[in-house]
Amino acid sequence: MIDELLSPEFVQLSLPPIVIGILASVACALPGNFLLLRRQALIGDAISHVVLPGIVVAFLVTGVISAWPMMIGAALAAILAIVMIEVIRRIGQVEPGAAMGVVFTTLFAAGVLLLEQSDTSSVHLDVEHALHGNLESLIWFDAIGWASLTNPDALAGLPPQILRLAVVLSGVAIFLALFWKELAISTFDPAFAAAIGAPTGIVSAGLVIATAIAAVAAFDAVGSIIVIAMFICPPATARLMTNRLDRQVAWSVVFAAAAAIIGYVVAGYGPLWFGYANAVSAAGMIATVSGVLLGIACLFGPVRRRVGEAAQ
Amino acid sequence: MQAELIAQDGQLQSSAIGVREDQPLSVRGLTVSYGDKPAVFSIDADFRPGEMTAIIGPNGAGKSTFLKGALGVIPRLSGDVRIFGRPVDAARARFAFVPQRASVDWDFPARAIDVVMMGLYHDIGLFRLAGSRHRTQALECLSRVGMADFAHRQIGQLSGGQQQRVFLARALAQNADLYLLDEPFAGVDAATERAIIDVLKDLKSLGRTIACVHHNLTTVTEYFDSALLLNVRKIAEGPVETTFSAGNLQATYGGRLAATHLDDVIRKTG
Repeated sequence: MIDELLSPEFVQLSLPPIVIGILASVACALPGNFLLLRRQALIGDAISHVVLPGIVVAFLVTGVISAWPMMIGAALAAILAIVMIEVIRRIGQVEPGAAMGVVFTTLFAAGVLLLEQSDTSSVHLDVEHALHGNLESLIWFDAIGWASLTNPDALAGLPPQILRLAVVLSGVAIFLALFWKELAISTFDPAFAAAIGAPTGIVSAGLVIATAIAAVAAFDAVGSIIVIAMFICPPATARLMTNRLDRQVAWSVVFAAAAAIIGYVVAGYGPLWFGYANAVSAAGMIATVSGVLLGIACLFGPVRRRVGEAAQ
Repeated sequence: MQAELIAQDGQLQSSAIGVREDQPLSVRGLTVSYGDKPAVFSIDADFRPGEMTAIIGPNGAGKSTFLKGALGVIPRLSGDVRIFGRPVDAARARFAFVPQRASVDWDFPARAIDVVMMGLYHDIGLFRLAGSRHRTQALECLSRVGMADFAHRQIGQLSGGQQQRVFLARALAQNADLYLLDEPFAGVDAATERAIIDVLKDLKSLGRTIACVHHNLTTVTEYFDSALLLNVRKIAEGPVETTFSAGNLQATYGGRLAATHLDDVIRKTG
């Protein structure tokens, strides 16, 4: 094991996917804590549909396939979706779930139409790739060993997803840190938050935008399976470990990172241990591990309690 | 003082609100609707300084809606609301609102003291986290409601009465001049009801103004100075002695309050 860790191949082939897996998992798990507590956990899933028109429009406007414009486009699409949901909810007097369903499916359909009608055949706009990343392909050609981490020339050759996800993760973490009180108050007691004049609207919109940006950045690198799993599994596992919000968020980061590391290692080396020749999908295994961790916490977590169980 | 009675044909009293800084809450023409049907319609109300006012009416009469609409927690169709003479948005530090206990998810990962510190929101300040000074303040508020020993208990592990006391402690932490409570006595034990009323009476003795959405008609005269009777429209408003009458209750509750029950209430409180 030590030999494997020290080998140049590990730094070249395994280190970047593991780091990217950790960054993507943590970036999704952080906002996932609040989505879970607000009973909006599936919004990450829904956002994957909303971002399609945003990505297509970003491509049509800029004419290039580049991650940053697409992420901005995706974030704008998420904002548009929030506004549309609120307008439909108020004017149509329907419940938020119905408004969400209408908006998400309509925007996704609009994205498909846009994609079909626009002349994207000359450039290969691979939406499939945006939705189903390939973690194993994100390798660091320029690395010749751990020493490459201190070599600026080699570092320049790192997969761009690492920097992108690091920026996104920092942004999400800063948002959570700055608006911690507002997020906690408006999640626990929205009526009280409104009464004291806390900026509930800004915080809710910010949470959805942070979710959208984390989702898009992670989709690009690791695919949709991890994204949807990471919004839900690490926060849900963390909830079973503690009764305090700050500790829950900290635990969710631990579980997200653990799932990324264990999942990648098991996917890459596990089949070999059992005599199979081929590795399995790292993204699939990371998501599976996050689910297994949740299962273990359900059985052994210190504060597990059936929903609705009488308080003592 | 005579209770103001509003005729069913919609002869509504309306007067321009003067800027009166001694008036804790002035509501004029408040209408809030869910869908096409107004939940409260064109309500005028004035809570008098230093008094405890009961907001009374049958289920679905719009008592909570009246409070939440007045405070801008839910959007209103029309109406002008002043708190100490100022628009609500300019007076948010001067009132404390206690929502219904059942309106939040008590499984939320927080301890009693965490919830009370939410009342120190404006004290703590934007982009800042609570410090030890805020924890001390929150503990003080918890001990005022007899909950100091439960400060570090997860809120889901508290009884209904204890949860209600935590909510009251959070309102105390806001150190407001006007306290608006939505059914503070709903589903609480007798000891908690006693503790809550004692705290509210303390606040009143300090000159603070209090209003509660209240369900138990048998305790209205014991606890409150004034009453606001609602059933979508305002039925009556004024001192309990004159407002809390058989006629007004009949008008408020209609057939829903059996005559025998009504007699019972009036006799008990008489």
